[in-house]
Amino acid sequence: MTDRLPRPLALLLLALLAVLVLYPLFGPMLFPEKHTFLLQKLTGIMILAILAMSLDLLVGVAGLVSLGHAAFFGLGGYMLAILSPQYDAANIWVVLPLALLAVAGAAALVGFLSIRTSGIYFIMVTLAFGQMGFYLFNDTKLAGGSDGAYIMVKPAVEIAGYALVKLGSKQSFYYVVLGLFVGVYFFFRMLLASPFGRVVRAIGVNENRVRGLGFNPALYKLVAFTIGGTVAGLSGFLAATQYGFVNPSMLSWHHSGEALVMVILGGMGTLFGPVLGAFVFELARLGFESMTEHWLALMGAMVIAIVLLLPKGLAGLLLQVFGDPEPKAEEEE
Amino acid sequence: MTAAMLPAQATRHSTFIEAAGLHTYYGSSHVLHGVDFRVHRGETVALMGRNGMGKSTLLKSILGIVRPRQGRVVVDGIDVTGAETHAIIRRGIAYVPEGRGVFHNLTVAEHLRMAARPGPTGRLDWTYERVLETFPRLAERLDNLGNHLSGGEQQMLSIGRALMTNPELLILDEATEGLAPLIRREIWRVVRAVKETGIASVIVDKNVGVLLDLADRNVILVKGSVVYYGNDLTANSEVLKRHIGV
Repeated sequence: MTDRLPRPLALLLLALLAVLVLYPLFGPMLFPEKHTFLLQKLTGIMILAILAMSLDLLVGVAGLVSLGHAAFFGLGGYMLAILSPQYDAANIWVVLPLALLAVAGAAALVGFLSIRTSGIYFIMVTLAFGQMGFYLFNDTKLAGGSDGAYIMVKPAVEIAGYALVKLGSKQSFYYVVLGLFVGVYFFFRMLLASPFGRVVRAIGVNENRVRGLGFNPALYKLVAFTIGGTVAGLSGFLAATQYGFVNPSMLSWHHSGEALVMVILGGMGTLFGPVLGAFVFELARLGFESMTEHWLALMGAMVIAIVLLLPKGLAGLLLQVFGDPEPKAEEEE
Repeated sequence: MTAAMLPAQATRHSTFIEAAGLHTYYGSSHVLHGVDFRVHRGETVALMGRNGMGKSTLLKSILGIVRPRQGRVVVDGIDVTGAETHAIIRRGIAYVPEGRGVFHNLTVAEHLRMAARPGPTGRLDWTYERVLETFPRLAERLDNLGNHLSGGEQQMLSIGRALMTNPELLILDEATEGLAPLIRREIWRVVRAVKETGIASVIVDKNVGVLLDLADRNVILVKGSVVYYGNDLTANSEVLKRHIGV
């Protein structure tokens, strides 16, 4: 499923990507008043789509349902806030690797401590670690406590003093995020097709069987957890760059839960599904918010409807429509 | 003689698996009652007994999939009692469990490539190409996902994947269960070919006739105890009748 998409589906996804690539060009004509707002909104959604893909690696592929994934997202953002000089631009070539390194370390540690558990216990342990992260930033003066912290100047992307892109420009930042979003997608596709990815996919289906082939599942799950956490950190780093602000709610379990809903809505383990899930979730929120103040009820109804009608998510529907021969998947344990 | 004077690692023990005094429980039910079990290098052992007598449990106890409460397991001269399953497997065992262990989200080619590794002594007899030569049907379905295969093809894939690890010992638990006669014959052909290359095997199967013909040694389990261990079972129709029912 992860290796070959049916051709018509691949074309559809490419067409949607083309819309994203061209949006900054036709946006001002279509939405003269709301263009800038929508540009920022789409940037934000692509950032969340990166988060959703990183969670899909854990939930959909490796079978690790984490409720603490937002902690790595938040940590990525906080690292930028902490590392940035107060009135000056941070050097992206320094802060980004440092931020990702810190998140990778945190993810490896949390993974090491939680991967021995499974099922509901794994959910609980990751939830607990996530909340520890939340309170670390909420209740200490590390970075503004519960008020959060500002990043006054966006990081500079320069080579030898020459600015490659200005992240302050909303349109440039949009394209930077778009590039990273597409890059992360293909990175995960390559990862899943690699020898490492084969083992992780097999673990998601039946861990005992993988052990019976002589692989240590704990090790593979730990590496997958660390990679997923690090990419979530990248997503949080981008979110912090976009808004110029971080606060503890970035790490909260609500946020982990929303990411999980995006993955489930979109279709677990399909990578493109969670991306669609992020778009549908965020665009629906936008639409419902403008309709009524009781928009949360509408969101809930939509989520319930999709989960009931499409047990394999939007991706499952698309794969069916576009004729992916999907026989009854037999799950033996 | 001290350990240092012994010839280096190259020692190949003639006994590949030596399990002694295994007692295994599922909760409070006592399944294995002090089983001793041995497999010599290159030897084909038929593990026999009616349903529920502990055949699969014995195999799982040796591999650490279930933990015996008492007893010792030695693989190739090294005590692996209490070791992790994947570490025991890496000592040169390929395990084809009951009920076809294919992954529905991996293709045939991915299954084989995933398992590819040289054996514990560095031997590399079974390559991707050789496995496909042995199972031409798999070669025609390289891009099929695991759940797009017939039962027989799934079993061939399980065995092919096991051979890709270049094992010293192949364990087949009910490998021909539920397969059409033609496919069974195909599988037995491969098992014979494997035997000729000097790989030891432990086979659990319903087909007593084939086992008697194929095995160098027969072991019969009754209620978690070994009641027969030897190689003159063909002459012992009395034993067969009493414990197996044929």
